[in-house]
Amino acid sequence: MGKYLLKRLVMMVITLFLIALLTFVLMHAVPGGPFTSDKQVSKAVLDALNEKYKLNDPLWKQFLDYMGGLLRLDLGPSFKYQGKTVNDFISNGLPYSARLGAVTLVFVLLSSIPMGIVSALKNGKWQDMLVMALATIGVTIPSFVIATGLIYVFSFKLGWTPMYGVDKWQGYILPMIALGGYSVSFLARLMRSSLLDVMGQDYIRTARAKGISETRVVVKHALRNALIPVVTVLGPTVANLLTGSFVIEKIFAIPGMGGYFVNSVTQRDYTTILGMTVFYAAFLIAMVFIVDLFYCLIDPRIKYE
Amino acid sequence: MEPILQVRDLRTSFLTSNGEVQAVRGVSFDVEKGKTLGIVGESGSGKSVTSLSILKLLGSTGRITSGSIRLGGEELTRKSRREMRAIRGGRIAMIFQDPMTSLNPLIPMGDQVGEMLWAHRKDMTKAQRREKVLELFRTVRIPEPEKRFKSYPHEFSGGMRQRVMIAMALACRPELLIADEPTTALDVSIQDQILKLMRALQKEMDMSIMFITHDLGVVAELCDRVAVMYGGLLMEEADIVDIFERPMHPYTMGLMASIPDMHQDKRKKLQPIPGSPPDMIHPPKGCPFAPRCPYAMRICAEELPPYVATGERRRSMCWLLDPEAPAQGNPFKQGKEAAV
Repeated sequence: MGKYLLKRLVMMVITLFLIALLTFVLMHAVPGGPFTSDKQVSKAVLDALNEKYKLNDPLWKQFLDYMGGLLRLDLGPSFKYQGKTVNDFISNGLPYSARLGAVTLVFVLLSSIPMGIVSALKNGKWQDMLVMALATIGVTIPSFVIATGLIYVFSFKLGWTPMYGVDKWQGYILPMIALGGYSVSFLARLMRSSLLDVMGQDYIRTARAKGISETRVVVKHALRNALIPVVTVLGPTVANLLTGSFVIEKIFAIPGMGGYFVNSVTQRDYTTILGMTVFYAAFLIAMVFIVDLFYCLIDPRIKYE
Repeated sequence: MEPILQVRDLRTSFLTSNGEVQAVRGVSFDVEKGKTLGIVGESGSGKSVTSLSILKLLGSTGRITSGSIRLGGEELTRKSRREMRAIRGGRIAMIFQDPMTSLNPLIPMGDQVGEMLWAHRKDMTKAQRREKVLELFRTVRIPEPEKRFKSYPHEFSGGMRQRVMIAMALACRPELLIADEPTTALDVSIQDQILKLMRALQKEMDMSIMFITHDLGVVAELCDRVAVMYGGLLMEEADIVDIFERPMHPYTMGLMASIPDMHQDKRKKLQPIPGSPPDMIHPPKGCPFAPRCPYAMRICAEELPPYVATGERRRSMCWLLDPEAPAQGNPFKQGKEAAV
């Protein structure tokens, strides 16, 4: 187990390094730079700026400098916002994104899994049709359309929720639904097909032949088996929800991380692009790792050696 | 003696999007106390559905459309769900074909067997259940039962898993054990061990067995009586000695001709039965075997033959046995012809 953990950790570091390298190369391959702008800037100023941010150094040296900072968990200064560091952006934005993400995650799990179970157990009946109709809507309609619709009905027409902001707890409700809609639909479908598959397995017939109640057959014999594929996709889903969505944060005016990320790209804010990408990647890798460890608890067939 | 199980004119159908599949179309047989009845037939003959009908484990699409199933005189077809639950595992237990897939991969073996006791012996404590499971493991000759109690299915071989299935089935000392091809998925050497174990346990517990198989060799080894099924119908039923001595149905004859024989002349080829089983959505109105039968007559495709007693304790469903059937080329009348 210890050896396995060590191996995984080394792999994670290598993966992160490659992601950083790839992002760095791609970013510099795109024309323009942080100080390219419509305004005429004198060559002297430009040179001074490039000098200050070490953009005149050869690329490999810039990369090594950056990686050195990364080792000290220093993501560097922003090129665009004077006196701000990328660490500031993350520490400012992450709490908002993560709070919304956590609320959304709870909402997603508490709705999608029961929906999938009901749908599978009532296969072909109206309950199944209803859940599948909702799930199809959730997967096909983009989140910004759902968000706008929700605001129109619940904030504008009914006035039950605030239009924007998360000063009050009610402010989380609509972003939560808009952000989680896709995941709810996706996981409900997955749970449904997985449970249907499990209910057709031979060991379920064995369980029924024991003369135990159908409830016990489902709860004791089917659910854990059916949850395995759901747990698999949970890692990326959790990372996705917790790191925020630019679109949702923009619509509901939530000062999360998503906004910084998208702005940094359009502004060629090199350190911010890199920092955000590396942070997101590290988060994702960590979540997938945690999910893999969870497997051990659910499935005795999986052993890490 | 009163038979432990009496099945009369059982009919079972499945509703599918293509129509009603009539898997069992009127089957009657008895299982006698302490005896083994073999039900033989190829895939799709309705033998597994017959056994699942007895336990009413037909899923949401299947239902018994008519007939009667009596266990020790009690009518099972009219039992409620709750009453059926007490019978499943308690009075009738079942072993399935594939031990690799028939056990829950996430639950330790001891718990899976113990659940049978949990369901039917509410008076037992957890410690008593554990003791009983260990005893059952010993009964089915599982080595190191204490260690195996906490093992998971993937840590067992196929033969060991089938032993666990047997231990589970025997946990509540059922009156009837239904074994649905319990050795088909196992190696030949393991098959033999499992059959020997079942025979030994049957004697020990005075249990009745309904053994479903497509393998006549296994039938010869284990059964007292045989029922041959085809197209959802029981083609022939007889005591084991009689049927091997003289099969009285062309389908039974075909099945026997398709078993390899060690002492057989190597130049003589195995004789498979040509053709395939009938479509059970539109079952033929005559004998279902007629299209594949080498002796088929015109009436065979037209009308279902009645049962004819072919001995003291045997019967067959075939037009060739009809008093008016022609003697020429008739495998069942050659003896008489010679006598005349």
